[in-house]
Amino acid sequence: MGFFLETLLGGLMAGMLYALVALGFVLIFKASGVFNFAQGAMVLFAALAMARFSEWLPAWTGLQNPIVANVLAFIIAGVIMFGVAWLVEWLVLRRLVNQEGATLLMATLGIAYFLEGLGQTLFGNSIYKIDIGMPKDPVIAFESTFQGGILVNKEDLIAAAIAAALVAVLSLFFQKTSTGRALRAVADDHQAAQSIGIPLERIWVIVWCVAGVVALVAGMIWGSKLGVQFSLATVALRALPVVILGGLTSVPGAIIGGLIIGVGEKLSEVYIGPMVGGGIEIWFAYVLALGFLLFRPQGLFGEKIIDRV
Amino acid sequence: MLYRENGQFKTTYRADQQIFPILQDRLFIGLLLVVAFVVVPGLASDYMFRAILIPFLIMALAALGVNILVGYCGQISLGSGAFMAVGAYGAYNFFVRIPEMPLVPAILLGGLCATAFGILFGLPSLRVRGLYLAVATLAAQFFADWMFLRIKWLLNDSPSGQVSVGSLQVFGFPIDSAVSRYWFCLAILAVMALLAKNLVRSAIGREWMAIRDMDVAAAVIGIRPMYAKLSAFAVSSFIIGVAGALWAFVYLGAWESAAFSVDLSFRLLFMVIIGGLGSIMGAFFGAGFIVVLPIFLNQLLPPLFAAFGMEISTAGLSHAELMIFGALIVWFLVVEPHGLARLWSTGKQKLRLWPFPH
Repeated sequence: MGFFLETLLGGLMAGMLYALVALGFVLIFKASGVFNFAQGAMVLFAALAMARFSEWLPAWTGLQNPIVANVLAFIIAGVIMFGVAWLVEWLVLRRLVNQEGATLLMATLGIAYFLEGLGQTLFGNSIYKIDIGMPKDPVIAFESTFQGGILVNKEDLIAAAIAAALVAVLSLFFQKTSTGRALRAVADDHQAAQSIGIPLERIWVIVWCVAGVVALVAGMIWGSKLGVQFSLATVALRALPVVILGGLTSVPGAIIGGLIIGVGEKLSEVYIGPMVGGGIEIWFAYVLALGFLLFRPQGLFGEKIIDRV
Repeated sequence: MLYRENGQFKTTYRADQQIFPILQDRLFIGLLLVVAFVVVPGLASDYMFRAILIPFLIMALAALGVNILVGYCGQISLGSGAFMAVGAYGAYNFFVRIPEMPLVPAILLGGLCATAFGILFGLPSLRVRGLYLAVATLAAQFFADWMFLRIKWLLNDSPSGQVSVGSLQVFGFPIDSAVSRYWFCLAILAVMALLAKNLVRSAIGREWMAIRDMDVAAAVIGIRPMYAKLSAFAVSSFIIGVAGALWAFVYLGAWESAAFSVDLSFRLLFMVIIGGLGSIMGAFFGAGFIVVLPIFLNQLLPPLFAAFGMEISTAGLSHAELMIFGALIVWFLVVEPHGLARLWSTGKQKLRLWPFPH
């Protein structure tokens, strides 16, 4: 029982991180109808920028305090992501208005390739560390309830807390601010939003900026867990089933989908994996999402799809 | 004056329904086939065969399959690499397990394995469409990646995870030289392309296109979506599976499951997009472009950097390649969303009017 709970908890924690990456997908799809395959490349790019600047800043300026260096690196990486967002809107999206979803998807694949190449050219391609001072030692909880207790990673707890805070902030941003309202209006209907004076281009820049910051946070947390390297870009591929499970347009869907996928992945790996040779977590998540789609094509919280001729 | 159809009267239905109704087109295709089968083998070097021509032929075949699914039936698929893998490993298993198994039936049986796999993973297309389906097809990709890494039975219990095929022969002729491999691939490609071309202009092809343009409307006018979509998945994955078997048997010789990764799926999709969605010709253009581009950059970039007094490392080269690749894809989508095939048909249109532009 203790082991089961431990696995479950580990799944929830991993799920929270998937949710964070999935959030980036959902934000951009919600506000512009673009399925952003470049999210993984953005996570890699942001994490690389942050890792390298936190290393370079002390070397350049003689900065001693690692916390200040990290905060500065975070800010610089954030500004870089804003720049990326603006360039993407200016060079790509603006020119592809009114194209089909497939074309836009391909364009983001192109952006992904470009960002992967650029990031590694600018920042190098070895494994880098992001050390944001998260405690690495595990704690043991519920020792009295279960034999041996449950092993919880403090790092995971903090990561989950950060993710939860980010989600809360984003929900507030979407619900309470006028920009958030404009974003939702654009999501509902581009043309109608434009006709009442919402500037489409600015909205797209904003939403890609937000997605960039989400990518940065995701990259920071994943990076401090696994190290910053190319494989970070593939984390996005593991977050994709989360998006289709939760529904492409729903922020809470991303969170709940993330938790379900995280738990499903870990439980399947631990309990089914040994029977079939292991390593099943990545496709199990997809098959889970796929099976679910057969019953509810729009995902858990997605908008109902209505067909008209 | 060279490319003109006036004066070519069609007096029978037969003549009206030819693949290439214009005489010049027939001549061009005939000439192209002669060049491909006779002239090129005489001119090309061994390196040309191995690095460019054979990969181009096989990738063109795969792109043809992807184009049927994505371009003609409108079902975006990111799992093409998986279909290739199933074709390759399916053919491999028939080839090594059945004694005296000839090569061509083994490859075709591999294609049939891919068909079954394609239909299975095409089932979600009946419920979801568009971007959801694109993600759903990734399930096929990751499942195949895993299956051909972990299920040792499929690898003929090879301990290293790598499998290889020995000497190949077709009807008693050994295909081990570069030229014979080229001919083999070219022959299969020519037959498949002819079949595909005929299929997409038949009733089935028109059903696919109706589904692509608007599946609800197509269903209303009496097209069965299930039959149309699954047949597109079946035909497409058969062709992709044959291409996968060729890729493994003829091009690689020895391979492991990483040869058919998700990256390959993306590249196949790029070929179709750059070549032109919904065009048989486009598959060839796209495959040529994607196969030649990295080789071209590898030749071009080091001297270019050297001219500016800089040196480019191998890693730098691969990053530059990624960047140029990505930028080109975006550029293509912005400038010519219909791909190279559209340029081709624009060129033909202009030739028709030449020398009077209006």
